[in-house]
Amino acid sequence: MFTPPNTDQLVPTGGGDLLSQIVSWAFYAIFIIFIFYGQRIQMYIMVREVENSLHKLKYIKDEGRKITIEAIKEIGKPTTDPSPRVDRYLEYFTITPQSMDPAGIVAKLDHLLDVRDYRLKEEVKLMAPSAANDEVQTNNLENTLEAAMALNFIYKVVRHYYIQGKKTLSLYVIMQLQMILPMVMKEAEAYASALKAFAYGQPIGDGAGPLVAAKLMHGYPTRKLPKNCIMATVPLEGRTALIIKAEGPGGNVGKPGDAVEAVIEENEGKIGCLIMIDAGLKLEGEMVGEVAEGVGAAIGGPGVDQYKIEEKLTKYRIPNYAVIVKEDIGDAVSPMRKEINDAVDKVIERVKAVMVERTKEGDKVIIVGVGNSIGVGQ
Amino acid sequence: MMKVNQLAKHQNHNQSSTATQKISTYLTLIVLIVMALAVAALLLAITAYATDVVAAGVLAIIGLIALVLSGFMLYQFRRQTVQLKIEIPKVMTTIECTKCGGKTIREFQRGDYVYKELEPCQKCPETKQMITAIYKEVKEKEKTYEV
Ligand SMILES: [Zn+2]
Repeated sequence: MFTPPNTDQLVPTGGGDLLSQIVSWAFYAIFIIFIFYGQRIQMYIMVREVENSLHKLKYIKDEGRKITIEAIKEIGKPTTDPSPRVDRYLEYFTITPQSMDPAGIVAKLDHLLDVRDYRLKEEVKLMAPSAANDEVQTNNLENTLEAAMALNFIYKVVRHYYIQGKKTLSLYVIMQLQMILPMVMKEAEAYASALKAFAYGQPIGDGAGPLVAAKLMHGYPTRKLPKNCIMATVPLEGRTALIIKAEGPGGNVGKPGDAVEAVIEENEGKIGCLIMIDAGLKLEGEMVGEVAEGVGAAIGGPGVDQYKIEEKLTKYRIPNYAVIVKEDIGDAVSPMRKEINDAVDKVIERVKAVMVERTKEGDKVIIVGVGNSIGVGQ
Repeated sequence: MMKVNQLAKHQNHNQSSTATQKISTYLTLIVLIVMALAVAALLLAITAYATDVVAAGVLAIIGLIALVLSGFMLYQFRRQTVQLKIEIPKVMTTIECTKCGGKTIREFQRGDYVYKELEPCQKCPETKQMITAIYKEVKEKEKTYEV
């Protein structure tokens, strides 16, 4: 005999009680919602996360702008409100040279960076008239403004991708942003503390190189080299050390490329070796202030200086050694940590060892402390 | 729960984006429904305990998991409203006398820089004191991973 199928058994609805039926149906509903809309819900959560970071970035950026304007008012004593000028400065951009035919691009980039630097310095002088004749203060203010500029740029890029993600409702746009966000936030926080350090003229982690150079050259007469660098001739371990650093204590990285070029040419290439000291990016798990040694031109930036140094070294076949102090990006741009300050003596030991092992007595050795010499005199 | 809604509203106040508002209320609504269901499941578990212990156990587990998850999400919403602040590290300046080696450490003042000469030392009036180091000390120990 035919019996209709027992539909009660098809889905267990929890028996007769009305409340339990509602509850189990509701659970099914939730289950189905998560199957079909799970990804979308996940996206909304991601959007929220990005949004919060964006709020934080905005706060950091605004705070940076405020600190910058305060510093300009305090140091520069402008007669008019510097805010509009600062806002204009924050939007300043640089168009990198066309690299389709890369021959000769270094000279173009070098020229462009010179123009930019000159232009921004002039702008700072206009913003802060009473600091116009004080190279140290002008440099510090310029560095402060550059940090504010970086924060502004980070905020705008993150906002761009956030809005784009929301407009297209694309999980992948949002996901890419959300994935790199922790690193972006870390960088933004680093720039925020850099801003303070620059405004006050405190030495930063990147100043490890100039600090070593300053310790070696302290007490010896110095002379100026091209593009904001200085040099002292110091007898060291029976050799003549030509020590180069960016001129302090203003915020300034100088152009070590031009300086090294000039010194090598002055000595007609008769140089035992070149030792470069710089702050190097550490990997997670490595200790801050660790000292490592290697070969090559230890210098960051857009690559112009590295190119110039490598060219000259190759021309005269001068060996090139590097000693670096490990730190992460946050340490590099925020006030110098004690570990990095303490690494200075270790670096000097290493430099001396390299000199003794790799050069003959009486040789001339160039030692370059690469980095921002803010807060480091000589 | 009212408070959560208020917080969510407060948060969205700044950017005045209606889309965000929609997302936020949508999410909050889901979380609240899940929470209510969880509570209902727990109540059911209690009533079912007398008749069917296994069913009561399953219901209780489902209810607890849902409750914890929704609670966690609400906590996340809340956490986002925590006030923002840029922390200013304390930077110290070390001053040394080159002759007697007397060392003092004070807080950084604007204008300080390494190898700056300061006023003469109290013990030896002929030699000037000098700044030998400027650094910040990071107080909290960095988390280390045993790998
Ligand atoms: Zn003394």
